[in-house]
Amino acid sequence: MKEEIIRVKNLVKKFGSFTANDNLTFDVYKGEVFGFLGANGAGKTTAIRILSGLSSPTSGKLNVAGFDVYTETEKIKKNIGYMSQKFSLYEDLTVAENIRFYAGIYGISPKRRKEKMGELLKKLEMEKAKNKLIAGLPLGWKQKLAFSVAVFHEPKIVFLDEPTGGVDPVTRRKFWDMIYEAANDGITVFVTTHYMDEAEYCDRVSIMDAGKIEALDTPAKLKEKYNAKDMDEVFLRIARASPNPSEGGGQETITNE
Amino acid sequence: MKTIKYLLQKEFLQIFRNKTMLPMIIGVPLMQMLILVFAATYDLKKIDMVVVDYDLSSASRELIAKFDGIPFYNVTSIVPDEQFGEEMMLTDEADAVLVIPANMERELVRENEQKLQLLVNAIDGNTAQLIYSYSARIFGGFNQNLIAEWRGIPNLTPPNEIKITESYWFNNELDYKWYMAPGILAILVTIIGMFMSGMNLVREKEIGTIEQLNVTPIRKHHFIIGKLVPFWIIALFDLAFGLFIAWLVFNLPVVGSLWLLFGFAGLYLLGVLGLGLFISTVADTQQQVMFISFFFMMIFILMGGIFTPVESMPEWAQTFNHLNPIYYFMKIMRNILLKGSGFFDLLEEFFSLVVLGIIFLSLAIWRYRKTT
Repeated sequence: MKEEIIRVKNLVKKFGSFTANDNLTFDVYKGEVFGFLGANGAGKTTAIRILSGLSSPTSGKLNVAGFDVYTETEKIKKNIGYMSQKFSLYEDLTVAENIRFYAGIYGISPKRRKEKMGELLKKLEMEKAKNKLIAGLPLGWKQKLAFSVAVFHEPKIVFLDEPTGGVDPVTRRKFWDMIYEAANDGITVFVTTHYMDEAEYCDRVSIMDAGKIEALDTPAKLKEKYNAKDMDEVFLRIARASPNPSEGGGQETITNE
Repeated sequence: MKTIKYLLQKEFLQIFRNKTMLPMIIGVPLMQMLILVFAATYDLKKIDMVVVDYDLSSASRELIAKFDGIPFYNVTSIVPDEQFGEEMMLTDEADAVLVIPANMERELVRENEQKLQLLVNAIDGNTAQLIYSYSARIFGGFNQNLIAEWRGIPNLTPPNEIKITESYWFNNELDYKWYMAPGILAILVTIIGMFMSGMNLVREKEIGTIEQLNVTPIRKHHFIIGKLVPFWIIALFDLAFGLFIAWLVFNLPVVGSLWLLFGFAGLYLLGVLGLGLFISTVADTQQQVMFISFFFMMIFILMGGIFTPVESMPEWAQTFNHLNPIYYFMKIMRNILLKGSGFFDLLEEFFSLVVLGIIFLSLAIWRYRKTT
């Protein structure tokens, strides 16, 4: 039985006269890896910021992890993890200090933290970097670490906003291994990306264009429907079919206030 | 409470890891106390005077000698013509020109009255007035001596004359440094509090970590407390450090209670830090914070009475000062340090600071939004 953990109905978000999210309706099921695809400026970041409680919607009904987005924002925040395209660990703190800080904010006991941190650093093969400043680590390490910190408190859902931007394919692949692992642990993963090969890794994907969701299904069904050999082709067909494919391009900066 | 502990731990780690922070904490008070207090003074140290002597009598020589004998009068030259004097004033070689008319001595004896001319460079009105009043007193003394001499009676004060003797309270020697130092300390504490707290929060905005904090269930007031307490401690430390320097270098007296002083400083800082945080919730970049804070600081400092007494400001300015935290704190600092005022002497200031603190802190908490 599929259980919805995110329910979105008629989500609209406007910035002045610009509509960033135009009547979005979708559900995300518990435990799945949900890909949120779209070109730059399609409105992905806006939607993910609303779902994680950083931005409030203009209208629509939204429920995340069983809580209402308008009235129970702080309860939602206890149950989610978030990692943005903007790198978000403290560069002037060490690996261990960053983990200690975020674990502390989420109310994880020092004993539990130490156990988990040991396991985590071992898994990431970063035991030697434990007392190194984040500033000195390679980008790939930082991203893996940022993800680990985002799920350290074992949230129900983790929101990843273009988590693999700017890293090499091997690191990206490893990053996705971590995403799968989190999904296996029962964490629902909501991930935005514009790498179409990553879309193949998702259980279901939605494709956004100019603020609207144009398609939503499993990668296999989408390929069948659009008669395409891979997701790249699916994406191009959808973008091309859209009446004004590039409208809103470059507007993403507005939403990143 | 635990959340606050983790927040403070993180802030202090970052503060002490920041290479510009420690020099600021130690350097700013040192520079301000040693340089500003000495430099910002109204004390007249030296008056360059040029005398135009048309009389060339023994009386005129005596008058000149009288001026020359006073340490801060420096009679640079005696010239025969007013024109020379005026030229020297133009080239800034003279602060004042004294013109002694011909026949001064004779006229004095005959008519019992003579007019002297004193030209004073009044670009700085304050200094000019000081020069004028000092000089007037010297003339006065000279006059009495002359009268006594010529009448051949000893220099006795007539019985029915009121003689004024001064005694200056709270700053007996009128040491300007004692007046300036508490004021500069007030400014120091304000700068440290307002700038550092404001810059810190907005820096998290710039590097994006604020987003990561905003998706956590962190409570708003915990967050504000976490941002406030470190700079509250640092500013109070700097006040202690600055006071120590002032005591060491120019014997600044501490007449009142230090506990009271630090109590007031702690209260004052809550408001100032609140204002700094409020500014940083409105601004997006460190530059914006700098400009806005600077704007407020300039107005608050200049209106607050560091250089000019608030009592002689126009009515509207005095009204404005009810909203100026620096005005209250400057008064508190001077009154406790120099005069030894107690808590009940400063009740009005206390309540004003409480109100301002509540306003600024509420603004900061209200304006800081986890969801935009």
